[in-house]
Amino acid sequence: MRAVYFAWVRERVGKAEEELDPPPTVTTVGDLIAWLSRQGEGYATAFDKPATVRAALDRVHARHEAPIAGAKEVAFFPPMTGG
Amino acid sequence: MAKIRVQHEAFDAGAEGDSLSRGRRDVGAVVSFVGYCRDEGGRLAALELEHYPGMAEEEIARVVGEAERRWPLLGVTVIHRTGRIAAGEPIVYVAVAAAHRREAFDAAEMLMDYLKTRAPFWKRAVRADGVVEGWVEAKGEDDASAARWGAAEQ
Repeated sequence: MRAVYFAWVRERVGKAEEELDPPPTVTTVGDLIAWLSRQGEGYATAFDKPATVRAALDRVHARHEAPIAGAKEVAFFPPMTGG
Repeated sequence: MAKIRVQHEAFDAGAEGDSLSRGRRDVGAVVSFVGYCRDEGGRLAALELEHYPGMAEEEIARVVGEAERRWPLLGVTVIHRTGRIAAGEPIVYVAVAAAHRREAFDAAEMLMDYLKTRAPFWKRAVRADGVVEGWVEAKGEDDASAARWGAAEQ
């Protein structure tokens, strides 16, 4: 699946997007966050406090307990500050 | 029916508002809101806005759809700018046309409250001395404002 990162998540991870191939034990957004946080220092910093990271699956807001099966694109970003 | 734009370019709020009522006889009220970049007492030169292309437009459309289900609206325009916006310039525009003022006021306010908490945009401040500050943190009061409109998908 494709992963895209925004704002400080993007800066800490060090890239705006990438292809991910998580193991089959990773079934939810929360699992993916936990797995990503073990992929290196930048990821560890970005996902240090999972509760502060929001996610979207195929461009729709998703809770951390949402299953990722079938999703083509996952996004991680801080709480929104537009408007 | 709704017009939704995510763009760097400035917009003409007057012309946008006029276009919601021009040539129509059913519109009794147009309420519009313009959000500007403040300089915070001279401290800030600009804001930089990052967004999630694609999802930004789609999420605004979902929010507009919720407003349209809630009130009998006759037209909606939402424009959100991205990139570097200098202090004093407009950032966001919301306008709602309806038969009566109450639904137009309420829908415009709900749209802004939801836009702030759900549309995927992130701001950081550029100080007057040119230094780019860290990302603006989301405010709990914005969540509280959005919550006034009832449970939303989030």
